[in-house]
Amino acid sequence: MASYKPTNIPVYPKLGEKVTEETLYWKNYKTPIQIKEFGAVSNIHFSPVTPYNFAVTAFTRIHLYGLLSQEPVKTFTRFKDTAYCGRFRSDGQLLVAGCEDSVVRLFDVSGKVALRMFKGHTKAVHVTDFTSDRYQILTGSDDYTCCLWDIPNSAQLNTYQEHTDYIRCGVTSQLNRDLFVTGSYDHSLKVFDARVDKSVMTINHGHPVESLLLYPSEGLLVSAGGRYVRVWDLLKGGQPLVSLKNHHKTVTCLALSSNGQRLLSGSLDRHVKVYNTTSYKVVHNFDYPAAILSLALAPEDESIVVGMTNSILSIKHRKPSEEAKETAGHQRRRPSYRVYAHRKSYVPKQDDYLVSKPVRQHLAKYDKQLKKFNVSKALDTALETWIRGRKPEITVAVIRELDRRGTLKNALAGRDEQELSRLLSFLIANLVDARFAPVLITAAEMILDIYQSIIGQSPVVDKQLLHLQSLLERELDYQKDLLEVLGMLDTMFASSLPKIELPCSGISTSNGLPQGQSTASRPQVQVN
Amino acid sequence: MFLLCASGESVKVFSTATEECLHALQGHTDLITGVLLRPSNHLQAYSCSLDGTVRLWDFTDGILIRTYSIGYPIYGIYASAKHEGVIFIITPMHTDTNSELFQLVAVHLPQCGEQLVEAKELSAVLSNISSNPAASAFGREGQYIVSAKPLQLEVYFFKKHKSYSFFLKKDNQKGGKNTFTCITCHPTEDCIASGHEDGKIRLWRNFNHRKEYTYSTLHWHHSAVSSLRFTPEGTNLLSGGVESVLVQWRYNQESQRDFLPRLGGAITHISVSPDGALFCTSHSDNKITIIQSCVKVSAVIQGLVKGDRIRTDLMIEPRSKALVLNGKPGHLQFYSLQRDKLLYNLDIVQQEYIHESGLEQFEVVMAAFDASGSWLATVEERKQKAPELELNLKLWAFDDQKQSFVLNTTISAPHEGRITALCFPHVSDGQTTMLVSTSRDGHFKAWQLAAPAHTEDEGPSWSCDFLGAYHSLVPECCCFSADSSLLAVGFQEVVTVWTPASWELLTTLSQPPGAVRDLCFGRLSCSKYLLGATTSRLLCCWNLLTCSLEWVTSMDVSLLLADPLSENMAAFCFEAGSTDLFVFKPGEPRPLFSHKALCSGRVTHAVFVPREVMLESCDEASQWLNCSHLYFLTQSMDLLTFITKAEEDKLTASSKQLVVSDDVAMTPFHLLLGKHRDQLENPQAESRLSVEPIRQPSSSAGINELLQMPAHVLPSASFLCSMFVQSLLISVNKPSEQNKEKEEEMESEKEEEDSDGEMESRISRPEHMPSGESGCAAPALTKEEVRELRRLKKLDHSWMKGLLD
Repeated sequence: MASYKPTNIPVYPKLGEKVTEETLYWKNYKTPIQIKEFGAVSNIHFSPVTPYNFAVTAFTRIHLYGLLSQEPVKTFTRFKDTAYCGRFRSDGQLLVAGCEDSVVRLFDVSGKVALRMFKGHTKAVHVTDFTSDRYQILTGSDDYTCCLWDIPNSAQLNTYQEHTDYIRCGVTSQLNRDLFVTGSYDHSLKVFDARVDKSVMTINHGHPVESLLLYPSEGLLVSAGGRYVRVWDLLKGGQPLVSLKNHHKTVTCLALSSNGQRLLSGSLDRHVKVYNTTSYKVVHNFDYPAAILSLALAPEDESIVVGMTNSILSIKHRKPSEEAKETAGHQRRRPSYRVYAHRKSYVPKQDDYLVSKPVRQHLAKYDKQLKKFNVSKALDTALETWIRGRKPEITVAVIRELDRRGTLKNALAGRDEQELSRLLSFLIANLVDARFAPVLITAAEMILDIYQSIIGQSPVVDKQLLHLQSLLERELDYQKDLLEVLGMLDTMFASSLPKIELPCSGISTSNGLPQGQSTASRPQVQVN
Repeated sequence: MFLLCASGESVKVFSTATEECLHALQGHTDLITGVLLRPSNHLQAYSCSLDGTVRLWDFTDGILIRTYSIGYPIYGIYASAKHEGVIFIITPMHTDTNSELFQLVAVHLPQCGEQLVEAKELSAVLSNISSNPAASAFGREGQYIVSAKPLQLEVYFFKKHKSYSFFLKKDNQKGGKNTFTCITCHPTEDCIASGHEDGKIRLWRNFNHRKEYTYSTLHWHHSAVSSLRFTPEGTNLLSGGVESVLVQWRYNQESQRDFLPRLGGAITHISVSPDGALFCTSHSDNKITIIQSCVKVSAVIQGLVKGDRIRTDLMIEPRSKALVLNGKPGHLQFYSLQRDKLLYNLDIVQQEYIHESGLEQFEVVMAAFDASGSWLATVEERKQKAPELELNLKLWAFDDQKQSFVLNTTISAPHEGRITALCFPHVSDGQTTMLVSTSRDGHFKAWQLAAPAHTEDEGPSWSCDFLGAYHSLVPECCCFSADSSLLAVGFQEVVTVWTPASWELLTTLSQPPGAVRDLCFGRLSCSKYLLGATTSRLLCCWNLLTCSLEWVTSMDVSLLLADPLSENMAAFCFEAGSTDLFVFKPGEPRPLFSHKALCSGRVTHAVFVPREVMLESCDEASQWLNCSHLYFLTQSMDLLTFITKAEEDKLTASSKQLVVSDDVAMTPFHLLLGKHRDQLENPQAESRLSVEPIRQPSSSAGINELLQMPAHVLPSASFLCSMFVQSLLISVNKPSEQNKEKEEEMESEKEEEDSDGEMESRISRPEHMPSGESGCAAPALTKEEVRELRRLKKLDHSWMKGLLD
């Protein structure tokens, strides 16, 4: 005797983006903390030493935030005008910042007043950084020059006047104290060596350069400008390695995840994209409410901090790791020792005759009812709130099974106002879902047939029916629009593709299905 | 315990413990309509047949005891312990064949020793009854007999010689569904149970008065009750119908029921063993279920499952060489042709089957294996007519651990229309990674086995790779060339040839008018040919090198298929109501083999089954059978095959030998003695028998054992000696001995009739039924040997088994 075969719940392909390990990793952040700053957040920089405070440059201030605090730990306000590019030294003790008033200020993180003021630029200084020997400061300014300053005696060491437009980004090498790279609005990147008087390498980015990033190995240089993110191989003399065009507005900032495996880019199009640095494919995408100006990651990717034009600072902290949670849960649920030991420890001896207990087939509630041919009850169970809400595919599968048995009409009939409205609300929620439409349309037709006579008796049901009607009308319009777009695309393809003697019209008409079924023929893949 | 089952022209005797068919009682020349245990002797059984005879059998040994010739077709048989020497049969009222009226006739069986008896004492009991044997039954202790007509119940009391009739209203609710379908009587009480078309069971009581009868109604079945049976003590009533649920009602407590659901096909008959320990149900899908009375299935006897229709092609599973076709609803059956046994059913649809007539079910309509047998593709359909066609394409991977196919990918709605053809490329080595399906929606699709896109997906699955069409024509068939470098798709009148590597259309071939119905590439040396059968009664052969038509012949090909191991192709042609078979090579003008009027009706399913060992036949006419068997299914769902002359000889020889070994009880002496008898019987088969290992005594463990056995457990040395020496000798024919044995045989036969089914008579009885192949007198044991056997019966002679191998 064969056992009862439970209802087959089809596995539908996940709509939207595929869930990968990457998405799981990058989605594992808490809801962002948003802090209102005084102006557009132009730069964020993490202190390289614990407790990993970060400096947020916004308007005329630089705020220092602790990693978990929502209030600034410290504020530097001694700027006459808009501050730019607050950066920590590699020991986390000093902070340098440029300013609109062309003065570069050096602060002690514990003090308030500037330790040094470097005056020499004639226009706003947008770029500041410490060299790797900690004794010098690199600055880049809107007066097309970049300078090296000595910290101890605040003297200007060298000036390079090679760029022909504003210098808006620059980065110093962490391995060599003499090397630094600057990027300018004249579309070029220049690599300078402090030991010689001019640039040693010039790379053309093609767009005004907004941001620069050196890989930890410093063999690769990443530049962002216009809609492009470009990666250059410095060891091969600045050969372009890859050009990424994934944003649709200017890319403003770049960051590397702590292990150097992923590259992040933020843009005015309000997205942060995460790239795999081996394949340079976008593996994840963050959305933000406003155009992004600055972006930084805490060590170990513990938090992502993004500054936006609407002067909002958004901080996302990583959720505590799964393992910690799991061990806690496991300890709580461990069974008592006696039961645990008894079940596990008894090993049958060699000559024991093992009587196997027949395995009881576990059936879901709706299957139990279906087995007994209780069709109405089966539908009721499948319409329970949590199934209906969370797993509509189960409800649809039960409806399909009832239809297959030819008893759907019996199951739908004889319902009171409350049950009927529950049914209708399920239909309203799922009728236009392409995966469920073929089944639910049959059911909806039956419901209308059965309950035709009672229309007008219940305001609740009438309201839902009207809602359903408007939903269907809207859906019809959508489908019509889609077909129009499809037709346009067809003509575009036909004119743009080279004329091949291919009698197959399949390529373009594969999606040209009649409305209502536009996705029904999409292959549904179920892996067992 | 034995189970008797009427099957065609023979009665099969099964063992209830092992499910094995012990013997088939052969002798009837027409359909057997009834089997019945003889009430006075439970080791004998009557069978009746449309050939107008009733035969009495000893079914434990499979012997025909007597044949009663009645002279009219018999539709049913009844007997009761109270009526000694009388059987009741259903015969037509008029001698002309197409009579619709039947009567119940009592036959007095003459008591005489003859083999063939003509029973002439007939007396009509009830007239104008139903021909359905289930619609009549004997009542308590044979006091009355009940028969049901569509709306009337007739009870005949033997004592009073009176009959009462009870009528039901034609339709108390809707439709004429009140008709009787089956009837049974309580063994100890006056109660008649009747089953009805609408699923009701009525229990009739107090029917020995014409007016004061009563009945109560039980209703569980939703459609007609097809069989009813009381247990021997009358405590339970069993009923079954199309729902395939055996319902056990407690007598007098009818609200208590036990159910045994999901037994298989619709229940057609129920029977209960005389001791009430076992129930048995036979099903419409060629299956018998044996059930212990605690409502537990204990054994299943299953033959080739007969579905309503064969929708899939006949196929051969490349691994086990099993024949694959539709089986149970929603299943594929794997049937071993070598062993004539159902191997297993593969559940394709994986849904609970609802037994209800008129319900649209999922049907497996298409299936295909790849060349190595590691992939199976199936197509299931529901609501073929309606616009909302439900279609699933499933791909199954062979699992080496489970030794079965495991579902890999389900593609729901792979096409918008019905799928017309499905084929895998023939990749000789390596994995198949492609499947092509054509559909009525005007497209063909290539499906590709793709590695998982993400590491967390479990394994490779199938997805659509290419979608092709040709001028919005409907593709009807597709075929891969032998090396899989070309795909031919027949779009109505046009054959398109594609290359699967880049999916380019290479060329088109056409031969209007008439759509291409069947396409087939030649193989091996003929691989440059493409054959197509069109609806306009043409068979075309194109040469793919020149892309031109090679030859055309006019024949209405209903099926075209290629032998996978040779160049041969078989074409079944429908001609004037019957089918002709032509076997030919595409390159040669003359057919290798042709057989006119093979069978009536169209042949639409056939398959070449590769042989395990190639034949070295030099016979011109049967050369095409050297590599493969050809099996085909006729319109009446008979599976037929071709065999060569040599094989036929071998088959008949082996069946003769089988008869010998079946009939003789397997005493250890049988083969010692039987060996010689075989040689006497088949002198022509000596060459075959001379290689039996018994002639190598040095290696026989049995003889070693004999020599090491303590003397006190052995039979007397004088007896053993001659036997032992004889087993070492190479025997010669002794025709004179055969004659002598013939005389002995007659004597022993008389003995047998006196002692019903004793051990001795079993050994010395003739091998062949007198009614069977006449004139095939078989040798038997000599009397001395029989006596010796009788003497030795009590001894333990298991050691002798060693001699047998």
